Amino acid sequence: MGISSVLWQFLIKWLHNSALFPAEASTIAPYMDELYFFLVAISLVGLVLVTFLILYFSVRYRRDKHPVATQIEGSTILEATWTIIPLGLFLIVFVWGGLLYFRIYNPPPNSMNIYIVGKQWMWKAEHPGGQHEIDALHIPVGQPIQLTMISQDVFHSFSIPDFRVKREVIPGRYSTVWFQATEPGTYHLFCTQYCGTQHAGMIGEVTAMTPADYKKWLDESTSGMSLAQNGERLFASMGCNACHNGTAAARGPNLAGVYGSKLTLTDGSQVVVNDAYLRDAILSPSQHVTAGFSPIMPTYQGQISEDGLIDLVEYIKQLQSNYRIQQTFVTADSNQAAPTTPAVGTNQESVKP
Amino acid sequence: MSSAATIVSLPDQATARLPKRSYLNNEQGLLSWLLTGDHKRIAILYLISITFFFFIGGAFAGLIRLELLTPQPDLVAADTYNKFFTMHGIIMVFLFLVPSVPATIGNFLIPIMVGAKDLAFPKINLLSWYLYVVGGILILAALVLGGVDTGWTFTTPLSTHYLNTHVITAAMAIFVAGFSSIFTGLNFIVTIHRMRCPGMTWFRLPLFVWSNYAASLLMVLGTPVLAITLTLVLLERVFSIGVFDPTKGGDPLLFQHLFWFYSHPAVYIMILPGMGVISETISTFSRKRVFGYTAVAFSSVAIALFGFFVWAHHMFIMGISNYSALVFSLLTMLVAVPSAIKVFNWAFTMQKGSITFETPMLYSFGFLGLFTIGGLTGVFLASLGMDIHLTETYFIVAHFHFVMVGGMLMAFLAGIHFWWPKMTGRMYPESLSKLAAVTTFIGFILTFMPQFILGYLGMPRRYHAYPPEYQVLNVLSTAGATVLGVGYMLPLLYLGWSLKYGAIAGNNPWQATGLEWQIQSPPLTENFIETPIMDHEAYDYEWLEHKTKNEVTTVG
Repeated sequence: MGISSVLWQFLIKWLHNSALFPAEASTIAPYMDELYFFLVAISLVGLVLVTFLILYFSVRYRRDKHPVATQIEGSTILEATWTIIPLGLFLIVFVWGGLLYFRIYNPPPNSMNIYIVGKQWMWKAEHPGGQHEIDALHIPVGQPIQLTMISQDVFHSFSIPDFRVKREVIPGRYSTVWFQATEPGTYHLFCTQYCGTQHAGMIGEVTAMTPADYKKWLDESTSGMSLAQNGERLFASMGCNACHNGTAAARGPNLAGVYGSKLTLTDGSQVVVNDAYLRDAILSPSQHVTAGFSPIMPTYQGQISEDGLIDLVEYIKQLQSNYRIQQTFVTADSNQAAPTTPAVGTNQESVKP
Repeated sequence: MSSAATIVSLPDQATARLPKRSYLNNEQGLLSWLLTGDHKRIAILYLISITFFFFIGGAFAGLIRLELLTPQPDLVAADTYNKFFTMHGIIMVFLFLVPSVPATIGNFLIPIMVGAKDLAFPKINLLSWYLYVVGGILILAALVLGGVDTGWTFTTPLSTHYLNTHVITAAMAIFVAGFSSIFTGLNFIVTIHRMRCPGMTWFRLPLFVWSNYAASLLMVLGTPVLAITLTLVLLERVFSIGVFDPTKGGDPLLFQHLFWFYSHPAVYIMILPGMGVISETISTFSRKRVFGYTAVAFSSVAIALFGFFVWAHHMFIMGISNYSALVFSLLTMLVAVPSAIKVFNWAFTMQKGSITFETPMLYSFGFLGLFTIGGLTGVFLASLGMDIHLTETYFIVAHFHFVMVGGMLMAFLAGIHFWWPKMTGRMYPESLSKLAAVTTFIGFILTFMPQFILGYLGMPRRYHAYPPEYQVLNVLSTAGATVLGVGYMLPLLYLGWSLKYGAIAGNNPWQATGLEWQIQSPPLTENFIETPIMDHEAYDYEWLEHKTKNEVTTVG
């Protein structure tokens, strides 16, 4: 952009104060606005050109002035001109837009992950430290934030116009988006995909705070249990540790350090273990069998909520050793061996908190 | 206004009479209309029915704008509002825009333009109108029974598992109406291929025929996919077969792919015939052949061809792979080029012409301006990064209204005014209709321009209530909608009036070159007394002048 940054700031401030332009509150926003102004400029040029041609010809060749028309077949040169120039401009826009798209949808490696669950008609945000929010999202400025999002029911779409980011929130699969806020303040959060009766009520507020304020907020709103801690509890109560315990005789693959690694499946395909893979492997294990293991894991479809899945994924993500799993496993094992224990079924039910 | 400023040449009103025999009075009685095989009568049946549905759809638009006058959800409940925009969308897209130009003007004119007595399959043509009516009645049934609130896009799993409204009735309606459009397309394709009169080569066809041909290809190839998709939605809803349900291993994105595989080409089904109208009007009122006939003809075909390979641009933020998004963005940029070519070719058709400004020309100017804006804002949305911010906001609402209403509806009105004398044998009142054209244009700009700004601010579409800072722009938009409403009511009134009191038009009031203008107005049931022989190019004004000279001598 040839325009000086001072002038740019002035222009944006002025536009924003006129209430005709959204605030630029993320690192992406200026890039988006640059492309926008470029597009507006070529549109204006195109529109002015067409209007001018129509007006000019209307005046110059109106019947009073020009009673007999001159028949013209066409002109290859002219037609080539107005094929090639628009094509060239559109290709510039294509490349520019493509670069911007990759910038918005490829999070930087140091970004902080927050989970978002959408449901009719609210947004739930789950911070790794266990802070939960409804229709609100607190974030620090100056830190790249990645959102890992999923819907519990229908399509939703997570949009923060002042950050210029938006992404569809889909049932059955994780989608991600990232941003880095630049200005502390509160910003609109909208659901932009029609999702039923209260679609217009599925709105919230994003609060961008200075890192110090954010830390204070984190300390004040913690529920005492981080997502990973919740996940560890679920891991034990669902009985995952019976197989995934990393011992030599284990019937399930070792999960410690599995996140981010490359797995070979029984069908020979290679996958990178990410959030989406872990979620799918829990829900439909028969399609995700690691090479060397038998397809004995039952499906957990319909048994764990999306929040529960997030807890488990977060837990497995951070799992670096099997020490604690083996501890719980051994304890559980010795409990069951105790002679005074009642029937297994009743025991399991009563153990559930 | 001096006589040099108009090309309208009407017969002497004192002696002029409507032709004794025409398709209108060939047979009498309601049954003769309901059982007719005459393409012209079927066109009139279509015209009456789509006008009816246009005003129902328009009433919903009015209610939507009225609710959005204030930020609070105060006029109607959320569910009611959702039903409003759903009905508005379904009616306007499937019962007005898709059949608008092809089924009315196209039906009336394509056989005449190619020099045939009728379409290839007159009974299928009538059947297609009945299917349309059945579709329309089902929609009205869904409406009367309590409405439907899926949005016209029927997004799953919302439409299959979460709504208790009349989704099945509405989907059936669109399913049935789809076949009406398939049959119309089929009829046009066969007619254009097989029934051209001697001498009528492909490159002597009027451009209106070319663009309807391209649209027909889309109808025949695209609409079956919509029928399949809606069937799957019904099966999913009634029997929970799980094609789109992730908990059963289905893929909700599959629905998006299937739906847009039809619904993106559908926007070209809507706009291409309109482009055909504009080629005719601009040529006629500039007294000049269309600049670069071949380029305009082939750009229609190019749009139809490329139009099938851009559907995923509706899904850029839905998590399709980044690389496939790139491909679809590129293809979308390419499909914009033929539209740009057309706009410049139309503008240069006026160069060195002898231009007059009758109502159809004014509507065509409106089309050029609004379609240019609509097309260029489409490039915003085709640009991947920009689309992230703009999609699902009022920007997209404004964009497709510029194309569909600013483009297509303007073209439809241009065509209706242009061929009204041919259809009815009578002229519409000129100054009143010019007022209507200007009112529509101003109302349109006022309604939809503020929505671009609202979109960039981030106001989501389909919102029943909105943050108060967006109110000013919404008030402007609602005010514009009022003006627009007046602009659309006017033609209904004066065109109705003209049926009885309009001036007798004569065969060729515009001194236009098309075959349809060389026969009586309104035409005979069999169109031509003897099979015409095409011995000149389309838009050959010198041929016309020569012919008129001869005519004068014979009559004198």
